[in-house]
Amino acid sequence: MHLKKLALSAAAASVVGLSASQAVAQDTLFVPLFTYRTGPFANSGIPIANGMHDYFNMLNARDGGIGGVKLAIQECETGYKNEKGVECYDSVKSKNPLVITPYSTGITLALIPKASVDRIPVFSMAYGLSASAVGADFPWIFNPPATYWDGMSIVLKYIAGKEGGFANLKGKKIGYIYFDGGYGLEPIPLLDQFAKEYGFSVTKYPVPPAQMQNQSGLWLSVRRDRPDWMVMWGWGAMNPTAVQEAAKTGYPMDRFIGVWWSGSEDDARPAGAGAKGYLSLNFNAVGAGYPAIKDIEKYVIAKGNSQTPKGTVGDNFYNRGVMNSAVIAEAIRNAQRITHKKVVNGADVRRGLETLKISDERWKQLGLPGFAAAIQVTCQDHNGHHSAYVQQWDGTKWVKVSDWISPMKEKVLPLLYGAANDYVSKNQPWPKRTEACDDKTL
Amino acid sequence: MLYREVGQYKTSYGADQALFPILQDRIGITVILLFAFVGVPLTASSFTLDSVLIPVLVLSLAATGLNLLTGFTGLLSLGTGGFMGVGAFACYKLTTFFPNVNIIVLILCSGFFAAAVGTVFGLPSLRIKGFYLAVATLAAQFFLSWCFIRIPWLYNYNVSASIEVPTKTLLGIPVTGPTASPVTRYLIVLSIVALLTLVAANLVRGRIGRTWMAVRDMDLAAQLIGIRLYQTKLLAFAVSSFYCGVAGAMMVFLWLGNAESESFNINQSFLILFMVIIGGLGSLLGSFLGAALIWGLPIVLRAAPAFFGLRIQSATAEQASFVIVGALIIFFLIVEPHGLARLWQIGKQKLRVWPFPY
Repeated sequence: MHLKKLALSAAAASVVGLSASQAVAQDTLFVPLFTYRTGPFANSGIPIANGMHDYFNMLNARDGGIGGVKLAIQECETGYKNEKGVECYDSVKSKNPLVITPYSTGITLALIPKASVDRIPVFSMAYGLSASAVGADFPWIFNPPATYWDGMSIVLKYIAGKEGGFANLKGKKIGYIYFDGGYGLEPIPLLDQFAKEYGFSVTKYPVPPAQMQNQSGLWLSVRRDRPDWMVMWGWGAMNPTAVQEAAKTGYPMDRFIGVWWSGSEDDARPAGAGAKGYLSLNFNAVGAGYPAIKDIEKYVIAKGNSQTPKGTVGDNFYNRGVMNSAVIAEAIRNAQRITHKKVVNGADVRRGLETLKISDERWKQLGLPGFAAAIQVTCQDHNGHHSAYVQQWDGTKWVKVSDWISPMKEKVLPLLYGAANDYVSKNQPWPKRTEACDDKTL
Repeated sequence: MLYREVGQYKTSYGADQALFPILQDRIGITVILLFAFVGVPLTASSFTLDSVLIPVLVLSLAATGLNLLTGFTGLLSLGTGGFMGVGAFACYKLTTFFPNVNIIVLILCSGFFAAAVGTVFGLPSLRIKGFYLAVATLAAQFFLSWCFIRIPWLYNYNVSASIEVPTKTLLGIPVTGPTASPVTRYLIVLSIVALLTLVAANLVRGRIGRTWMAVRDMDLAAQLIGIRLYQTKLLAFAVSSFYCGVAGAMMVFLWLGNAESESFNINQSFLILFMVIIGGLGSLLGSFLGAALIWGLPIVLRAAPAFFGLRIQSATAEQASFVIVGALIIFFLIVEPHGLARLWQIGKQKLRVWPFPY
């Protein structure tokens, strides 16, 4: 009887909605992190979340924040689901967040129209909507250092290099295995255009999100089709399954190249020795031998203020998260410099992101020498179309096997502007840009 | 004592057959509607409207649809997510073809497309029953999920295969899109849900609802007394899919603002099915209670640690919420297998005789 009463009152209480009532102190820089430590994409999401969170904690512990103002970091669990992402956004938007990092192309697409209305910038580092590189149409969205189309052109440049020139691509077969969602579908127009131009054929292998761990039939088709190269645009549980299946069906691993989101150690390790030779793009360095990362170990991990498991510091995706936070921190510093305020808001950080200039020298000053290519964002170009390099799995770690390859901007930019115009025309009325440009390029 | 019907005489058949014959019920529903239409917009925060109330209303409409099919007609269906998706994509295509038509009209029209698709997938229901029909509707779910991503015409050939909602206005006020305020969207959702629930209430109390319940209780006997099984079952599929389609269109246009094929996958079907089972099969109130519990409980669980000043990592809170929601579902089904609506019925009965025990 008592148990029934308890059950009834629990049911009654659960019908009432509680608004998230976490108080954020006034004099802090609030940065929400949309992470996923649960769900089928957690294997990719956890190291990135650790890297992002640890770098900010290090800045708080070592420097007392940015410009003397502490950072308030709050993780919101999205599980890579759009509804949860939108719910996280709704719960944080009234607390003056400085920037949103959704870490999901789907959630980014959902938030793009809301960002300019709520005046909160969205920083989707090398993911999201590629067309948001056009600053005139998307003043509140930023996606340095490179778009998916840049990545595809870099992959094709690498393949052409290995085949002895673009002319030798004629007649070759390239297989494209991709996550059957916005993330994997985006590069397809560029791939098809290149196929027509250079005379190679493309076979597409979509992997539905519900079937990510069930790719054996798909890889048997790959074995039957025998493409010369396989390009992968995978995420979460899809990556290690694909690498394992490729190894099982005997696909030559040194002809299997994944985009920068398919390059985690956890993607290649489960296949054991069979993954040796697997290639992946990357735009940040791997390894823990950088002064900033050593600071993280000293100020954050040693003090027990981190969820990072031992031995994963310096992993590729951990460093990706560190880079994400480092760029955000630079943008906040920029914002403080431009507005002469210490406690900045979202609109200020938008200006900070739009004037982002991280040179090689600056990376050195940040304690990350040679960690990534120089990044430059302008009002017109919210991306920069910077280079990436190719790394190869040698059985235990990633090894850089190419120079920094620049994307084919002359092919990518027309597509980008076309896609931006397409998006704007399909989503009328799209607000015209009213934000002023700080570097006079617009 | 509170629910005493003594002294409430009905002097006409119409009054006797009213939807809320007891005066206390009429007062109660008036208070609830006043609070919902007037009190909530004035007092609720934007987060409560956007992430709690609008989703609960939209999902309770979908749960009402599934309840009409599974609770009243006894046809177990796992295709709810797909039918919601049909409504959503139909509404999107309708806005593309008729950009100047009122969005509420388009949302209601998209229900008819979902009803047509639901009828087609309800055709096996005369030959197969129960568990086997559930598998047939599961096939509908997977087929529709496949359609939403493999038919580019449905999402206007967008590269990302997702649909974005354009800004539509009503009397000059934006009602969809990022500039629409939560209060506007909430009031429209509430109005549509209230109207369609009224329609459903009248359906289940009338001839059609009784034929559905007869089919549920023993379809052979129903056939013997002259109820035409095929038409009844197909009508149930049609009406149920209409409700799910309208709910899907509202989900995209008035709640999320965008959608892709994954938004209407099998998990969405299971979610609505859990809401109907927890809320109570065969009860319209149950749809609302189930939706409020299944949607609201994880939000409360996520907000509770902060409310009490405990600092818990978000991932831990998420996993704890899975465990607690699952355990509560099992607990409710043990304590009251007929769902929360039955708990309300028992409570109402107790209120009738209070302060006496019987």
